[in-house]
Amino acid sequence: MKSNPSTDEAPSLVEIFLAFSGMAILGFGGVLPWARRALVEERGWLTADEFTEVLALGQFLPGGNIINVSIVIGQRFRGVPGSFAAVAGLLAGPIVIVILAGALYLNYGQQPIVHHALNGVTAAAAGLILSMAAKMAMPLFRRGAGVQLALAVLTFAAVGLLGFALPLVLGVLTPIAIGISWWRLR
Amino acid sequence: MEAPLSEDDAHLWALAAVFAVLSFFAIGGVNAVIPEMHRQAVDVQHWMTSQRFTDLFAIAQAAPGPNIIVVTLIGWEVAGILGALAATLAMIGPTSVLAYLVGRVWHRFREARWRVAIQNGVTPMTIGLVAASAYVLSRAADTGLVAVALTLVTAFVLTLTRLHPFVFLAAGALLGAAGLI
Repeated sequence: MKSNPSTDEAPSLVEIFLAFSGMAILGFGGVLPWARRALVEERGWLTADEFTEVLALGQFLPGGNIINVSIVIGQRFRGVPGSFAAVAGLLAGPIVIVILAGALYLNYGQQPIVHHALNGVTAAAAGLILSMAAKMAMPLFRRGAGVQLALAVLTFAAVGLLGFALPLVLGVLTPIAIGISWWRLR
Repeated sequence: MEAPLSEDDAHLWALAAVFAVLSFFAIGGVNAVIPEMHRQAVDVQHWMTSQRFTDLFAIAQAAPGPNIIVVTLIGWEVAGILGALAATLAMIGPTSVLAYLVGRVWHRFREARWRVAIQNGVTPMTIGLVAASAYVLSRAADTGLVAVALTLVTAFVLTLTRLHPFVFLAAGALLGAAGLI
């Protein structure tokens, strides 16, 4: 960051690439926890508050959270080349690994045991994703935010249960949701 | 468009178009758009069966890295290495440009009322979308009651403890391989 007290000069492109490759390769079941550890605790490139702010931005904008985070961090250190270095580091290793795994799947995917194992992974992954939703919803329960919970349930029903197209659902609900929260901020 | 597109070219353009549009709906991350990704890949574009989709999703989850690599795998399945690149670049390119531009001015708007209003409004929708992703995934896999139980136990434990998620992915693979799911 521009006024980062913990570093005298910004990390080089190679350092950025290596930092993001490292956290990506470790990132089984999600990269973000490793990103915090690598950038804040190990390398001291960002303070905890700076990381939280960049993370909030990454979640606020559309697209992959960790992709957005790496774009912004790369940009703050080294501009456009910095962003490229961060995203390239983040994706290069995992893309090679996942395509190799895909090739194995094409050769052995017809085996019933592979098929069943993948179904098991999907079931657990669905639980992991459900827990993410639950963690995000908890503050709403505490605050007793009935309107917001109703919006969450409505979105779930439209996309999950009824299978409506996402652009349609977001096109209708987003203006309503933002309108309500704008009105409530007055 | 003078020359007719070859089938491969058509696949690449379709991949790029689907994922570029999808990326802008990924509010709160990739996990918010799994149902739409499934709908596009299976029902709209007819790229693959529902079971193939969940298999690819499982592989991407079990591999290290950002969960966006499920898009890479879908592109690879549809149109090989070029498909993998086209899908990945379409998914990250446009939103990355946006992140780059917004990242430079973000601190100026941190307290702005419109920004807080958007964030407060969008958060419940993200919650609904992420929950819908979990639901669509567990419906799409060809599984029974044990799988549903595993999903619920995983969700429960991961919500209340700091246990590493990979423990459950590995447990799922083992239970499945043992023929229990």
